[in-house]
Amino acid sequence: MRITVRLFARLRELAGTETLAVDLLEPATVADAWRATVAVAPALAPFDRAISCAVNANFSRMSHPVAAGDDVAFLPPVSGG
Amino acid sequence: MLAILNAMVAVTPAPLSLEHLIVQVEACVRTGGEGCGAVASFLGLVRATHQGRSVRYLEYEAFDALALKAFQQIQQEAGQQWPNSALGIVHRTGRLTVGEASVAIVAATAHRAEAFQVCRYAIERVKQIAPVWKHEFFDDGEAWVEGALTDPFDEAARARALVIACA
Repeated sequence: MRITVRLFARLRELAGTETLAVDLLEPATVADAWRATVAVAPALAPFDRAISCAVNANFSRMSHPVAAGDDVAFLPPVSGG
Repeated sequence: MLAILNAMVAVTPAPLSLEHLIVQVEACVRTGGEGCGAVASFLGLVRATHQGRSVRYLEYEAFDALALKAFQQIQQEAGQQWPNSALGIVHRTGRLTVGEASVAIVAATAHRAEAFQVCRYAIERVKQIAPVWKHEFFDDGEAWVEGALTDPFDEAARARALVIACA
């Protein structure tokens, strides 16, 4: 199945793209989507333990299942305010 | 009674208007409970220096749809802790120069002590969970600022914000 991965801030810069189409074997979780993303963009590997995630613009967990067509966002540590 | 969901949250590239936000937030508590007797506000500004380096400008990037949900969550948390309060949160995105406001927070309550508490709680939670990123541009380079690992489900972080707010 195909999902869309969305990257922000330094993740976006390191990967050189804002969105990626990623193919995953079913069943899959957000963590699988992250591993597939790092496989395509190895520069993101150092963020392994420093990312948060959202599925379809809702805060989520790495263990959350993903479905075909989902929009999975990876968030580096935040610095708003 | 929670009046809080009526107040404003926004992510915008436009300059922030504190007065506009105050009018909106005050109106949310004017007719509920005791009414509105206090408004506290906070503006976060772009500082001229960061760790000794001269700041030329900042660029803020946000995941807009998720940031709005984070702000609404903060409103709900504040509403549970301080009934009959109202809270507005607006964050700016894009390029900001020194002295410009990056975030505006307004809290309205019946009495002043709670207004300061709600306002402080809200900015602490924005720093913890809002999916917003600051990119600093200096005279001699640039850097992304990476602070909190955002986890809106982390109750310990929420408790820390509450302690700071009520100190």
